[in-house]
Amino acid sequence: MTRALRKFGLRGIAFTYLAAILLGPLALVFYRTFEDGFAAAWDALSTPETINAFKLTLIISAIAVPLNTIFGIACAIAIVRHRFPGKGLVNAFVDLPLALSPVVVGLSLFLLYGRDGWFGSWLLDHGIQVLFSLPAMVIATIFVSLPFVAREVVPTLREIGDEQEQAARTLGANGWQTFWRITLPSIRWAVIYGVILTTARCLGEYGAVAVVSGRLQGETETATLRVEERYESFDLAGAYAISIVLAFIAVLVLVAMTAIRPKEEAT
Amino acid sequence: MSTVEITAPRVKRQSEGASTALLLGFVTTYLSLIVALPIAALVFESTNDGARPFWDVVSSPEAVAALKLTLWTSIAVALLNAVLGTITAWVLVRDDFRGKAVVNAIIDLPFALPTIVAGLTLLALYGPQSPLELAGHSVNVAFTTTSIVLAMLFVTLPFVVRTVQPVLLELDQEMEQAARSLGATNWQTFRRVVFPNILPGILSGVALAFAKAVGEFGSLVIITGNLPYKTQVSSVFIFSRIESGDRAGAAAVAVVLLAISFGLLLSIGAIRHYATRHDRD
Repeated sequence: MTRALRKFGLRGIAFTYLAAILLGPLALVFYRTFEDGFAAAWDALSTPETINAFKLTLIISAIAVPLNTIFGIACAIAIVRHRFPGKGLVNAFVDLPLALSPVVVGLSLFLLYGRDGWFGSWLLDHGIQVLFSLPAMVIATIFVSLPFVAREVVPTLREIGDEQEQAARTLGANGWQTFWRITLPSIRWAVIYGVILTTARCLGEYGAVAVVSGRLQGETETATLRVEERYESFDLAGAYAISIVLAFIAVLVLVAMTAIRPKEEAT
Repeated sequence: MSTVEITAPRVKRQSEGASTALLLGFVTTYLSLIVALPIAALVFESTNDGARPFWDVVSSPEAVAALKLTLWTSIAVALLNAVLGTITAWVLVRDDFRGKAVVNAIIDLPFALPTIVAGLTLLALYGPQSPLELAGHSVNVAFTTTSIVLAMLFVTLPFVVRTVQPVLLELDQEMEQAARSLGATNWQTFRRVVFPNILPGILSGVALAFAKAVGEFGSLVIITGNLPYKTQVSSVFIFSRIESGDRAGAAAVAVVLLAISFGLLLSIGAIRHYATRHDRD
């Protein structure tokens, strides 16, 4: 009896916690979005500004994700397979975006690329606008989503060891061949898992982009910024509709994570 | 013939050295451009006019109030996470029920969901005109410290669960059975056998959750109302200073948050080092 009580007690606490914090609020927004039917939600979504915002989010992610994937793989190989001075520093800086406030990230870029910034003044003199336009938003997004591929690949790379790579070398393969034929196939699930995390982070970024974008409607407004703008303009239906699309993407991410995690752990 | 044999490996080593240099060069350049330089610009800006103005901004009543609020809400959230996250991890590992895989997947939702959406959804359920309100309870938490804690709990939910879960999965249940057969109660078994094993996992999860809570911004923008001295946390303080053009003020408080982040990363590294001490011997 007490055993059952304890078991269901713990389960009850865990379920209540998840329902109160996660599922309850999300279910309600889902209900509110489709309260007036699917057409109303679609109308809220299909305004030109909102479509533009989603486009911008996709463009930024399409630049940031591949760059961070290449960097993540290179960084993991550097950390695991090479010894070099300043390795501790590289490790620390790769992890920093995980622990740093996105607003601080945005401010740092704001100071660097602003009119009086170290880079900003020179770039402006040469007619290149970084702040309040796409480049700064891309850099901010790269910053916050930088660690994920590297952090997924590092443990896998450590675990597989370098015996196969050495064997390939002795058989005459050059560094590039060894990477494509031996290393990359054995870390591929870790890379894919890292790419999914990176994509999720890119699509959802708000704070850092909010600082550097200038939030010009229809120009530098991403989907997440648009949610806030709609809310501030008392257009709850619009804010909810965009939120539901973003939540749907989040659920897709969860499905992908669940499907890929066992494969990653198997390697 | 013999010259070929001697020179061939040397050529290969040279090209290998070149590719290593290229790899390391790319990694350090990328990291410097994206992360290190902006951080350097921030630190430079905050100390530009010397230590005195920096200290004046950081010790101004509004900045101190924001920092205090950030720290105590983050500590509360970290502690709640320690307890509720450990219970959730325990239920996911040791309990069996239908739909466990779904519940397990949902844990990562706060990571996948944009923070601004998180704030909006919490406001829908716990804000004004909530359906709970209609049921006769007054639950409106908008613009209160409760809303800060709630939003921080949402975004930090995965950390402790995901650091404790793998440790629990790997934990040898025979130790617990041995403890029980020697007459230990359930509570004693947990406290003396299980808890010491999962403590490093709990601590690193708590440190990550604390770091996330201290820096949280997106989910707090909508729900807290950004009232100075009342619901304005440090990240929102920095944002409003940027908006009003006070760069030095924003930079000074941002450097404090930066220092906290670095400190937490160092302690997480130390916890990992301690937790894997047996593997290294």
